[in-house]
Amino acid sequence: MKNKFSLFVVIIFLSFCFVIFYKGLNTPNNYTPKVNDKKNIPTFKAKDFHSSNYINSDKIFEENTFYVVNIWASWCVPCRTEHPFLMELSKNESIKLIGLNYRDNFNNAKNFIDDFGNPYSRILIDKDGTLGVEFGAYGVPETFLIDRNKDIIKKFVGPINQEIVNEIKSIIK
Amino acid sequence: MKFIKISVILFLIASFSGLKSAEANDVLKNKILKNIRCLICQGQSVYDSESEFASSIKLIVDRKINEGMREDSIYEFLREKYGDWIIYDPKLNKNTYILWLLPLLLFLLGGAIIKKKFKFKS
Repeated sequence: MKNKFSLFVVIIFLSFCFVIFYKGLNTPNNYTPKVNDKKNIPTFKAKDFHSSNYINSDKIFEENTFYVVNIWASWCVPCRTEHPFLMELSKNESIKLIGLNYRDNFNNAKNFIDDFGNPYSRILIDKDGTLGVEFGAYGVPETFLIDRNKDIIKKFVGPINQEIVNEIKSIIK
Repeated sequence: MKFIKISVILFLIASFSGLKSAEANDVLKNKILKNIRCLICQGQSVYDSESEFASSIKLIVDRKINEGMREDSIYEFLREKYGDWIIYDPKLNKNTYILWLLPLLLFLLGGAIIKKKFKFKS
């Protein structure tokens, strides 16, 4: 009877260990950003790309409209592939695009905009990448959709494509 | 003359305490950076990494310390931006109950078994 009980305890313990390891090893051990978490937009002060003046975030997002914050850089290859989609998005009047120029050289960034077009209503300079951290970004390109309540409602990691453009359009309808 | 002497002593004390506080900030900064995971690196802390993400986080942590933010608040700030994964030391929540309580349960179970064995022998 005692032996049966010990065997039972051992089996239960081993099964428990198996479940823990099975679940643990099946979960990917790398960072998966949460893309649907609702967050308030950060409060910050940033340098405007064209005027070189410092602007407060409440001034940047003062209009009662949807905003798309896109983190980009001239050295970022995927940013080139997503640029036509940003241009398409910029034609939509119920949305404003804000560009966050990430760790870039001013002249290179200017050439990029001159060559490919400027989809942004305003570009901010993020020279040291700290503004990106305030948004919870960890690389380029990354895009954030902000609703009329000034909440970040969606995050798109990587270059945006037609599917994402359609998704954004359906959200802001 | 006396005024000059006192001024020099006060200046030295002020400089020394300034150095002390800068050193304390550095120690705190390194401690925090070693406990933050570099999200784009393989198994590296922000302290060990030279990636762009890590250098931005280093700047942010430095800035927050200089603004007078406490260690816990800095972790909370980063957790809010990137989730629990960014901190090496996991917080006790519904996802980490087993992680925190399992060693304690095993310890208690082992203790109970040992106690039972001793009782049988005596």
